[in-house]
Amino acid sequence: MSEVIIPDPRAAEAARTPPRADWAEHPLMRLTQVRFLEFIREPEALFWVFIFPILLAAGLGIAFRNRPADVLKVAAVTPQLTQSLRQEKLLDVAELPAAAADAALRNGKVALLAVPGPNGSVVYRYDDTNPEGRTARILADRAIQRAAGRVDPVASSNQFMREPGSRYIDFLIPGLLGMNLMGSAIWGMGFAIVDARRKNLMKRLVATPMPRHYYLLSFLLSRLVLLVVEVGVVLGFGTIVFGVPLRGSPLDLVLLCVLGSLSFSALGLLIASRARTIEAASGLMNSVMMPMWIVSGVFFSAQRFPDIVQPVIKALPLTAAIDALRMNMLQGASLAQVTPQMGVLAGWLVVCFGLALKLFRWR
Amino acid sequence: MTTALRGGLHVRNLRKAYKDVLAVDGLNLEVQAGECFGLLGPNGAGKTTTIEICEGLNSADSGEVEMLGMRWDSDAGRLRQHLGIQLQDTQLADKLTVFETVRLFRSFYNAGPTAAEVIGLVQLDEKRNARVGKLSGGQKQRLAMACALVGDPDFLFLDEPTTGLDPQARRQLWDLIEEFKASGRTILLTTHYMDEAERLCDRIAIMDHGKVIALGTPRELIASIGVEHVVEFSAGNSSQPLAVPPLRQIEGVREVRGENGTVQLLVTELHRAVPALLHELNRQGVPLTELRTHSASLEDVFVTLTGRHLRDE
Repeated sequence: MSEVIIPDPRAAEAARTPPRADWAEHPLMRLTQVRFLEFIREPEALFWVFIFPILLAAGLGIAFRNRPADVLKVAAVTPQLTQSLRQEKLLDVAELPAAAADAALRNGKVALLAVPGPNGSVVYRYDDTNPEGRTARILADRAIQRAAGRVDPVASSNQFMREPGSRYIDFLIPGLLGMNLMGSAIWGMGFAIVDARRKNLMKRLVATPMPRHYYLLSFLLSRLVLLVVEVGVVLGFGTIVFGVPLRGSPLDLVLLCVLGSLSFSALGLLIASRARTIEAASGLMNSVMMPMWIVSGVFFSAQRFPDIVQPVIKALPLTAAIDALRMNMLQGASLAQVTPQMGVLAGWLVVCFGLALKLFRWR
Repeated sequence: MTTALRGGLHVRNLRKAYKDVLAVDGLNLEVQAGECFGLLGPNGAGKTTTIEICEGLNSADSGEVEMLGMRWDSDAGRLRQHLGIQLQDTQLADKLTVFETVRLFRSFYNAGPTAAEVIGLVQLDEKRNARVGKLSGGQKQRLAMACALVGDPDFLFLDEPTTGLDPQARRQLWDLIEEFKASGRTILLTTHYMDEAERLCDRIAIMDHGKVIALGTPRELIASIGVEHVVEFSAGNSSQPLAVPPLRQIEGVREVRGENGTVQLLVTELHRAVPALLHELNRQGVPLTELRTHSASLEDVFVTLTGRHLRDE
């Protein structure tokens, strides 16, 4: 046995390098850091993960912001009808000649037209398939009956529900958060793994003494680091700009995000376990994610789909994640109350990770 | 620093088939500790499959591989600590810097020089903080070499280390390989460049169709074809064609080959063969348009053994 050392012309420089703590040179630490660096040096990825959800939330938040109840435009052909209708504040009444009034109704400028009928009666002309028309009918009739002397037999008053927690933006933010968790986990895993395989980089790593499970684990760990930023961006934006409530325990919310992200990462790992080309991988990713974007209740309630498919929809990981996030944020639900959703997420995590380990192509 | 492991590479009766192609067909190899062994052959000869089986990246259908006194089925983890590997066509991550890449690879090994030392060794100090994607082909190959050397290996696998490089980059890489060789450790190298094999390798095996068809030092292999020189010439035209058979009668000519309008004579004594050739052409009255000679090379060995050029697809 002899000892052989490569001649080292750079010993002096090496001596100047400060010694590092051992944990910093641990392979898992190095793999995770490298994964993280590769991600943040990809401008497109940064856009999709951090900027896009904010733009989407801002756009939808503005489009669906709560406005004061709309004033409906209606028309009448006689001064008397016009006079009566103007008693109703929610109607904007125009008095028009008969021909002009007909034209305005046909092209939708007014929702309803009131004309005198035989024997002092009133005829309402409107499109009964249009909600505005139906509302205008109720308001117009009430105004005309009251003007003619009707007295309501039951006294009534109103209480308005406009508090945070029941608006569309409150519904939307947890949905976007779930969608973001899924998208970044699946894209983040899928592209990086398939790219490493395609470039033979994975084969090169496998040729070193690197423990293979560290390679996979590094993806999950770097995901968790990024998760802090991703969740922070979406929730921070939602609470600061739109006042979206966070009624549940913040710790529970963090746990739900971590569990969701791990489940989606496992799904991403499974999707990327065999593919050799970016094209094949993106096709697979889209065909997995697209249906969930639609049915899992990101933008509108999943309850709108027929009852017969509800069990399937509820078993999807995105549905479970979004339901649990909404229950935590909007209803202040505890972890115990979201056990079924956590069960679904844990199930996907275990099954996908197990399958991915079996199927994974290391070269 | 771990104690260097001695022991070479022993490959016995190795077989590997892909679907309908027999890539490696009963291959035997003995690489001695401390030598630089070259595996030569055209594309598709089975070089890469063989080397990947030895590296533990591919499994053989049958046969045995023993390296540094260990085997893949029982000592994989320990064995990997002692191997340095450079693969054909590996693209390292473009977004990482040279230092980050080497530091990552260093973290997988129990012992070895620091990342900064290895970067110095392959003369990439100036590029230490450059992104891998911005490096030239030669710099990328030297980085791949750094990743292979970072575990202080006792056995180095190099699969076509200089393919696609310009002459200067190739010479830089050769210097690096010679430096490693001088430290007494073992190298298995594949190439289809003759000059590379002649310069770096102590012994060479020529592979074709999954088998070793010739084995020896570069000198032995060249001597084995029994000629020392090759005379290449073009002569004659359509009105005065060259008569080839009389050329075989010239003293010292072992073989005559025709190829793309030129004629190659494999000869033992150049100083006798050339005057005799000129005399013969003069006798036939055929004009000489081109004449070249070179010492017999491994390329000639390969062409003689297989009838094909090493660079042919």
